[in-house]
Amino acid sequence: MSSVLKIAGRELSSRLFLGTGGLPNLALLPDVIDAAEPGLVTVSMRRTSSTAAGGLLETLRAAKVPILPNTAGCLSAREAVLTAELAREALETDWVKLEVIGDETSLMPDAVELVEAAELLVRKGFTVLPYATDDPVLARRLEDAGCAAVMPLGSPIGSGLGLLNPYAIEAVVAAVSVPVVLDAGVGTASDAALAMELGCSAVLAATAVTRADDPVGMARALRLAVEAGRTARGAGRIPRQAVARASSPMEGRIA
Amino acid sequence: MRITVNSEPVEVSGTVADLLEARTGDRRPSGIAVAVDEEIVPRDEWARWPLQDGQVIEIVTAVQGG
Repeated sequence: MSSVLKIAGRELSSRLFLGTGGLPNLALLPDVIDAAEPGLVTVSMRRTSSTAAGGLLETLRAAKVPILPNTAGCLSAREAVLTAELAREALETDWVKLEVIGDETSLMPDAVELVEAAELLVRKGFTVLPYATDDPVLARRLEDAGCAAVMPLGSPIGSGLGLLNPYAIEAVVAAVSVPVVLDAGVGTASDAALAMELGCSAVLAATAVTRADDPVGMARALRLAVEAGRTARGAGRIPRQAVARASSPMEGRIA
Repeated sequence: MRITVNSEPVEVSGTVADLLEARTGDRRPSGIAVAVDEEIVPRDEWARWPLQDGQVIEIVTAVQGG
């Protein structure tokens, strides 16, 4: 089990990826990044009417973290491709976290548009990390389309419900050979640890950190949880069994 | 001439760089990307990319997001 995560041939310094959405105060971001030590940090692309960035990009560049633009909010492959191309031009990276949602209520991925967008972006030279449902068949389709990783959801975006179907996440891990990054739904440290125990290669958390009472504390907790879960996965958990099995010897007891 | 910038009608003339200067005070702002009629205009082309009546322009930057 290699300790360094590689996606598309690039080594990432950490298996925790951090989303920046929802942080009440941008001034907190440097401390959150210090505590999380993230391998990638996501941003969204939005229309602007004034000068660039408002300090976000400067903060991220000062922290020397690789930026992963997303296509959040896109409802079609066409919108997502244009957004990715704008991100590539603005941020000088051909990596993209591809999000194509089916509606603005559930925020669930639209699998049909997602695969189409992934194929188009791979053809245009992007390194595509798609946000997907926890479906091993879709994950394989995305890998076949040339995606560099797949990012199944643990539960709906921002819900904090954790991993609602751990068996599906395990099935996704088993279905593809590219890294699996657990994306949405992380609410607290144990969710991140479970994702890693199930065999995910990394975890992306945004709301869990940015909307915590103490974002810096939660960033640190998630970093430790990812490390703990990864280590536990490597160590091999004991099989579950329905009956007790004593660990102390039964012989020599005081009767 | 009249173009649409980020869904709003705007009266301008000149190039993409002229439009950016009018909106941001900078002909070559960093961290920005521009699309004209859904085609990306590379940064190095801004100063010589003429705008035409009726075009639809998107000007975007990075914001906080997951």
